[in-house]
Amino acid sequence: MSEFGSALLTHGFLQAALLAGLLASVGCGITGTYVVVKRIGFLAGGIAHAVLGGMGAALYFGVDPMRGALLAALVAALVVGWITLRFREHEDTLIAAFWAVGMAVGVLFIARTPGYAVDLMSYLFGNILLVPHEDLWLMAGLDAVLLLTVAALRRPLLAVAFDEEFARLRGLPVTLLYLLLLCLVALTVVLLIRVVGLILVIALLTLPAAIAAQHATTLGRIMALAVVLGGVFTTGGLALSYGPDLPAGATMILLAGVAYLLSTVLQRWVQRRRARLPAAVEGRG
Amino acid sequence: MKPASIIELRGVSFAYGPVRVLENVDLSVPAGEFLGIVGPNAGGKSTLLKLILGLLEPAGGAVRVLGRSARVASREIGYVPQYPAFARDFPVTVEQVVLTGRLGPGRLFGGYRPEDRELARWVMTQTEIADLAQRRIATLSGGQLQRVLVARALACEPQILILDEPTANIDMRVESDIFDLLRVLNQRMTILVVSHDVGFISAYVQRVACVNRTLLCHSTEAIDGQVIHDLYGGDVRRVAHAH
Repeated sequence: MSEFGSALLTHGFLQAALLAGLLASVGCGITGTYVVVKRIGFLAGGIAHAVLGGMGAALYFGVDPMRGALLAALVAALVVGWITLRFREHEDTLIAAFWAVGMAVGVLFIARTPGYAVDLMSYLFGNILLVPHEDLWLMAGLDAVLLLTVAALRRPLLAVAFDEEFARLRGLPVTLLYLLLLCLVALTVVLLIRVVGLILVIALLTLPAAIAAQHATTLGRIMALAVVLGGVFTTGGLALSYGPDLPAGATMILLAGVAYLLSTVLQRWVQRRRARLPAAVEGRG
Repeated sequence: MKPASIIELRGVSFAYGPVRVLENVDLSVPAGEFLGIVGPNAGGKSTLLKLILGLLEPAGGAVRVLGRSARVASREIGYVPQYPAFARDFPVTVEQVVLTGRLGPGRLFGGYRPEDRELARWVMTQTEIADLAQRRIATLSGGQLQRVLVARALACEPQILILDEPTANIDMRVESDIFDLLRVLNQRMTILVVSHDVGFISAYVQRVACVNRTLLCHSTEAIDGQVIHDLYGGDVRRVAHAH
């Protein structure tokens, strides 16, 4: 671990990796909270995998793959939103089809891209040690967009996440807010691709927020705690993986997974204790 | 002079696919009425409410609320659903739920105003949940949650209050409390309440609309065994109420 500390001071790529992890934690903590409480992890997965199609197409046509990913993510969010609003009864099948077809398109484009062979694995599992500096700026920009949007619209977003029917009766633009929420998820997916890759996006999008939701009582607090936890998992995963030269993204996710397991066990234990001591902690909540 | 009707249904029909739920329904609710809506399960009670709320569009006929289309007028209605459409473990406090009643299309950005919080406090006091304001809804009992839903509806400052089986999942004592509260609120607003219990609500409401694909209205004095027999198609055991 001290080896990681001294390496961090001397190696610019590690500093960039650390910063990338922290920037990704901000996005995944904020958006992940909505994903967890609204239970749209599967939709987020569909969006994430469709992004590969966009990245593949961007590579094929010689455009910056991050721009391709951004565009594909936003289009995927709107398509997924349209599917869930229009064909609710076949939602799961359609999302699964969208998920698979998006990936297949990406793989085909990458296979047909002329020139040097693109490393597909780096898109699937990410490579935080190779984050270019301009991507850090892009991530910071996306974080700023997420923060400003959620800060300005936190009340209607809460109302739509909590009870869509009531929000509709209040005359709120529910469809628009729902699509906006999915677009925020899409932005976060793009943020996370560099860090942990497509396959593990869901984990970093849901695990910190899921742990936070077990211990914090309001959306705002869950977001704050999820951002901190995301920072701990990405930084801790980076540090743990450095010495034995393990893949950083996978190590971060394992760390988050273990923490989620421990948190769940702890929460069950606390609940059982509380049930045995009725009314002791009931009044404060 | 007869007060103007604020809810007006003329020849309204509705079907879910091939299943006709409502047929040629006429209903006129004058301002200030306390109307009970009864009928068998799947008889169309909730569908009728959703048409009035503008959540559904009628297949035939017209629904006017406060002289406007139902969808536009829904903001003047406080609605208490039968089954809350939200997850009980959603991380939100009682006060936050009640405050969502203050949202509207012109109120998207930023926070709540001091007068919104003031009003939320007042409706929570009125529904006797002020001391629960900071509690998570996951920790509430069924009766407490029901009061939260009524408070949220009142926070909309509605002209009309619509409740779908507000007392289906709570005990008798709380049921009377809620209807006593509705009686007080009825001095300020029109109230429609769906119930499965004709005998109980006839002590509170002025008129009962019986919905079973078609709709028939009775003033509460006229409810007898024959009406109930026609409605439910069988003898329903009634408990005599002495009030």
